[in-house]
Amino acid sequence: MTLEAWSQLWPKVPVLLQGLVVNLELLAGLLSLGLVIGVAVALVEVYAPRPFRALALAYEWFFRGVPELVLLFLFYFGPSQFGVDISAFLAAVLALGFRSSAYQSQIFRGAIQAISPGQSLAARSLGMSRLGVIRHVILPQALRLSLAGWSNEFSSVLKDTTLAYGIGVVEVMRQARYLTARNFPLALPAFIVVALMFLILTYAGNWGIGLLERRLRVPGLEARG
Amino acid sequence: MPLLRVEDLHKRYGTEEVLRGVSLTVVKGETKVVIGPSGTGKSTLLRCINRLTEPDRGRVWLGDTEVTGKGTNLNRIRSQIGFVFQDFNLFTHLTALDNVRLGPLRVKGLGKKEATERAMAELARVGLADKAGAYPAELSGGQQQRVSIARALAMDPQLILFDEPTSALDPELIGEVLGVMVKLAEEGMTMIVVTHEMGFARSVADEIVFMERGVIVEQGSPEKMFRSPEVARTGDFLRKISELYGDAA
Ligand SMILES: Nc1ncnc2c1ncn2[C@@H]1O[C@H](COP(=O)(O)OP(=O)(O)OP(=O)(O)O)[C@@H](O)[C@H]1O
Ligand SMILES: [Mg+2]
Repeated sequence: MTLEAWSQLWPKVPVLLQGLVVNLELLAGLLSLGLVIGVAVALVEVYAPRPFRALALAYEWFFRGVPELVLLFLFYFGPSQFGVDISAFLAAVLALGFRSSAYQSQIFRGAIQAISPGQSLAARSLGMSRLGVIRHVILPQALRLSLAGWSNEFSSVLKDTTLAYGIGVVEVMRQARYLTARNFPLALPAFIVVALMFLILTYAGNWGIGLLERRLRVPGLEARG
Repeated sequence: MPLLRVEDLHKRYGTEEVLRGVSLTVVKGETKVVIGPSGTGKSTLLRCINRLTEPDRGRVWLGDTEVTGKGTNLNRIRSQIGFVFQDFNLFTHLTALDNVRLGPLRVKGLGKKEATERAMAELARVGLADKAGAYPAELSGGQQQRVSIARALAMDPQLILFDEPTSALDPELIGEVLGVMVKLAEEGMTMIVVTHEMGFARSVADEIVFMERGVIVEQGSPEKMFRSPEVARTGDFLRKISELYGDAA
């Protein structure tokens, strides 16, 4: 790893950053998808009648049990078998998003169960509907309680976005490979830079979530353990 | 016409029959105190009245609306029956004001200004106007229970059910909660109160109901129940409970 390799890499950093933007887009997409489905799955697991609960648990079991790369291939190559053309980017958002929802649902389920059932009872005694209770009593507390666990999930899926490389999404790893395929001595510095980018993003993300957690903190409502 | 009519309520959990035919009526402005040993079905009775627990059999009327009727708008009925729980059950993430305001805002559909005014008035009524901005965790047990009473009052209910409202409190905090309840009774609020506070029962109740193993054993004025109960068990229980919890209020 020579000084020359580093000086050759320097002008290419913007290309890597371009790739990183794609990772961030993937991240935003899969986290939002995972959040919405994750909350829904958790609510089903806690409140829905037994058959629906079983279905939600099966969903969780599937998306937690199948390797990410396999999911990516399933979502990318699967639809084309049925004549549906799906972009690699969309396939990655779906595969990683569904997978993340299975993990996020566990976080939310734990949070929902940490809220004393007496509060739902009290809200019902006021004449509030079930949906009203979820909206005004359960979710505001469960989402706050979830932030700590969510911070872990963020770090984990941030790194997972690089797996989209496997189905040809032109993200940061793919850009790094393009650079180094033609110029092998660049490999080490390039991947060191990529590694640094993820370290910084992980740090920044967790810092941001921590900030949000402190902003939303309410006395007496803390995640335990 | 009585405000509340309960007719032959039955409730079973597994093989255990918790309520075995309970009937009672409450007229407007009355304070009815329900007493009885632990596990007798007092909480179950209260919860069956607004169907937080679904009774197996029997009927409940609030005014001329049958609570247990098939097509009844249950949420509407519940909004007219206040419920005060033993362990307060305040909403952890909301301030005292927001706890009291939530029902008027989200159930009664009042505007923010009106809901806030009403909530502040009810907090003042229980002596906690200065704690409007405090979260439940920042309040003593007695204060929390007073907020929960204000929360029930803010719905402008026709009657309030109290399920052992002072049982979770340190002795020195019981007085402030009983004080609020005495005031409500004097103002003509209709209440059913499950309690072991015999001083409160003696001085505030219009009628005392003694329950045991799922049935009402005896009911009558405090005078009659304390002086000359017809059933020996009633006298025994009253003596025991007065010894245990004291008789001052
Ligand atoms: N949800 C439930 N599932 C099963 N059993 C229950 C349930 N709720 C109450 N029970 C049982 O019903 C019986 C009566 O309970 P309830 O809480 O109504 O009694 P109580 O008179 O209020 O007693 P306490 O003075 O201890 O509060 C008890 O034996 C209790 O174990
Ligand atoms: Mg009870």
